[in-house]
Amino acid sequence: MITARTTTVDDTRALAAAVAELAQPGDIVLLAGELGAGKTAFVQGFGRALGVTDRITSPTFTIAQEYTGRLRLHHLDVYRLDHLGETLDIGLPEIVDEGAVVVIEWGDVVVPALPADFCEIRLTFGDGDDDRLIELRPVGRRWSARARALADALAPWVDR
Amino acid sequence: MLGIETSCDETAAAVVDDGFVVRSSVVSSQVDLHARYGGVVPEIASRAHAELLTPVVAEALVEAGVEDGDIDAVAATYGPGLVGALLVGVSTAKALALVWDVPFVAVNHLEAHLYATLLDDPSLELPVVVLLVSGGHTMVVEMTGHGRYRVLGSTVDDAAGEAFDKVARYLGLGYPGGPAIDRLAMHGDPTAIAFPRAMLEEGYDFSFSGLKTAVVNHVRRHPDVATADVAASFQAAVVDVLVHKLRRAAAEVGAKGMCLGGGVAANSLLRERFLDACTTDGRRGFLPSRAMCTDNAAMVAAAGWWRLRADGPSPLDTGAVPGLGLPVTAR
Repeated sequence: MITARTTTVDDTRALAAAVAELAQPGDIVLLAGELGAGKTAFVQGFGRALGVTDRITSPTFTIAQEYTGRLRLHHLDVYRLDHLGETLDIGLPEIVDEGAVVVIEWGDVVVPALPADFCEIRLTFGDGDDDRLIELRPVGRRWSARARALADALAPWVDR
Repeated sequence: MLGIETSCDETAAAVVDDGFVVRSSVVSSQVDLHARYGGVVPEIASRAHAELLTPVVAEALVEAGVEDGDIDAVAATYGPGLVGALLVGVSTAKALALVWDVPFVAVNHLEAHLYATLLDDPSLELPVVVLLVSGGHTMVVEMTGHGRYRVLGSTVDDAAGEAFDKVARYLGLGYPGGPAIDRLAMHGDPTAIAFPRAMLEEGYDFSFSGLKTAVVNHVRRHPDVATADVAASFQAAVVDVLVHKLRRAAAEVGAKGMCLGGGVAANSLLRERFLDACTTDGRRGFLPSRAMCTDNAAMVAAAGWWRLRADGPSPLDTGAVPGLGLPVTAR
């Protein structure tokens, strides 16, 4: 597990961009964190680094949004989904199999529906209003193989 | 014109004559079904639409006093919205159009909200600037003619209605968040907490994510704060930004009038401040009734009537388009 710290919203976006540099087609990123922790900001930084030029907004209303960059990016918000059946209903298995990068906000609820191969990222409030603690945990083969590279990429946010 | 609306959590049907004479408008809300989830659940919405739509259409026809042969065209929302929910309305509308041998018209939900304004006051003088605020959208649109729009700005993160829903859920006020905050704010002090007004003087885009975070931060630091004060101060911050940008946009394009549309347009403070702004700025104000601000099918029939006149019938292979945007024309 890597524990990083950011001090502003833009700092969170920059950290997300560093993670995105390591992203590969078929990757899944789960974003957990309470309201206002910066999940959508994270996806904005992540998408920008993937070359997405469209505006990335909250997908809460539409549940899922797709963007095109260097890699395709699926941005899902399962905030309102309480049951596994509903994650299947929004076509999650198909989305995950498509070879794009999938970022899922409020990801815990969907874990049983996913392959055990993802990067779990948890955002929590720090001491100052804009401070955030960001914990990254690779689960499964794909991300574990990149654990070293991930630690190196995030070093600027870890040694604080 | 029979209109059908099933894009989100309202199942609605309406009969409208000549684009603005509402003969019936039936709305069956699923709010109670979704309340315990704190928002609309897509699978539940689709199933509820499928169950409710036939009786809702029947009621709209009976209330309007029409026989089957009296309907000249059937319009339905085909986007934006939840795909499963939209499909229920689109397929029903196509089936009815085929059976009655009348045109089918696919209607853009955002355009329908703009036309809600015409239902209460058809004497629209153009151009007008419309503030469209709902759970899924927040935008300022210049309307220069029927079907002619220019989006001046929109949200860069959360929609205004989404901010209301999320803050209400955080404060434990339940769903839907808009009416809950509206009610509680009446008992609070809107000046109690100085929440940020993001991007107030920068263009016409909106940002409500930082405001949401500011509310969370304030409540974390002041656990004993009066919830009514938080609700009132939050609502004041949202309304300040919305009204300020609408007024600036109207001044810039030299609009004859200003309009309000979308579910958040039912908010008491926004309605009050909107009317004040119209008076102060000397512009005509078009403010639909609360029932026409929230999702309904009369606005779908109205927009469908204009679309049918402009473009003719829609092809019967038209599908649901969940991410549909407003059709934008060059100035």
